[in-house]
Amino acid sequence: MEKIVILGAGVGGVVVANLLAEHLRPALLSGQISLEVITDSARQVYKPGFLYLAFGSDAPGHYQRDVHSLLSPLVRLEVDPVSKVETSSGEVHTRSGRRHPYDQLIIATGARVVPAATPGLEAGGHHFYTQEAALALRQALGRLESGKIVLSVAGIPHMCPVAPLEAIFLLEASLRRRGVRDQFSLTYTYPINRVHPIAPVAEWAAQVFQERGIESETFCNVEQIDAQTKQVQTLEGNSIPYDLLIAIPEHRPAQFLEDSGLTYNGWVPVDRESLAVVGHDGIWALGDTTNLAIPKAGSVAHYQAYVVAKNVASRINKDIAPVHYDGKTLCFIETGDDKATYLEFDYNRLPVTTEPSRLLHWAKLGYNEIYWLTAKGVA
Amino acid sequence: MSQVAVKQEVDARGSACPGPMMELIRAIRAAQPGEVIAVLSSDQGSKADIPEWVEKAGHELISQEEQGGYFRFVVRKIH
Repeated sequence: MEKIVILGAGVGGVVVANLLAEHLRPALLSGQISLEVITDSARQVYKPGFLYLAFGSDAPGHYQRDVHSLLSPLVRLEVDPVSKVETSSGEVHTRSGRRHPYDQLIIATGARVVPAATPGLEAGGHHFYTQEAALALRQALGRLESGKIVLSVAGIPHMCPVAPLEAIFLLEASLRRRGVRDQFSLTYTYPINRVHPIAPVAEWAAQVFQERGIESETFCNVEQIDAQTKQVQTLEGNSIPYDLLIAIPEHRPAQFLEDSGLTYNGWVPVDRESLAVVGHDGIWALGDTTNLAIPKAGSVAHYQAYVVAKNVASRINKDIAPVHYDGKTLCFIETGDDKATYLEFDYNRLPVTTEPSRLLHWAKLGYNEIYWLTAKGVA
Repeated sequence: MSQVAVKQEVDARGSACPGPMMELIRAIRAAQPGEVIAVLSSDQGSKADIPEWVEKAGHELISQEEQGGYFRFVVRKIH
């Protein structure tokens, strides 16, 4: 029996599992192959929702579902954290001590935030990349009556490259709506010499910053946070005082990938078109965990899931042709004031920003709710 | 020009902006003052970005060369 094992049950893992169940339905029903998802949590969290938890009024738990409810009945779900991948024997080891042999392995375990990688950040700052952190930030913002709020990107790459921009835009708009904007100064810091890696986005955002009185400091690489004196200290020798710090923490892949020798220079190296893991036949990776120089975004994982599903299935069913990923990415950007814009681009096309509109904002809110159909492979 | 002993060479060719600069920054963080790091980049943006960052951060750009479709920057960590 051919065994396909998928690690991770975020958008990438769930979509690829459901697509494979569709592509290989007869072989699964006849028992010629098996399809298994191994994950560390029985719940899937829709991570873009954290932004709305931190800067809006959404209820905790709104953006979660049971993984089981999202998967095809042809997929076996195992909730047991992975401890190691033994590529020489073709086995996945889990924390409970079980071993899961595989013929083809798909890695979709995303990225994790590591606030502890920046000295002082846990004690001196906030972030919004987990539900708990987003809610703590919301409470801290609610308690602050005036002062300097600094948003510092401490690590690149990070999940959702436009999230820091969205955060500062939503924050600025909410302060204005509350009638207290003049009580606050807002500063945005970024490691490179512009406010976003993609030049047209950086130019657009810098213009919005100017219009809305948001200060920016570039070439600003966070070295440490002094939680006592409330200062961001940078590799470039600057100290930036703050009353409330929102940081984008450093990101890393799942620890077991590092322990299994599947990372290089921080992330899992893949061929940018086939999404095969470099140097490991029969192993594939998609989503945030890869080393590709494209956004770590749900849309990317979603589009890549279609590619990986075809490429894995083509090795089993010769009627299915392998396909290439073209770098397709789609990102909404909330700009505040109930408006949003979006970016769409690929390996060969740079994004073009469009004027923010209410329609795009409501499209984004609508997508947040129908996302679960995407996960099921319906939309 | 006397040869400079390069402690670490970071090959960031094929990586798009800001990859090469972030690789250099990562290497600078890990290095000791006085150590020399070379970074290779095929990204056109690095040509201006890396020298600008090195100056702002107070390190020394020892050399910058174009070699067969990529750039090689040699940087000494000062502090």
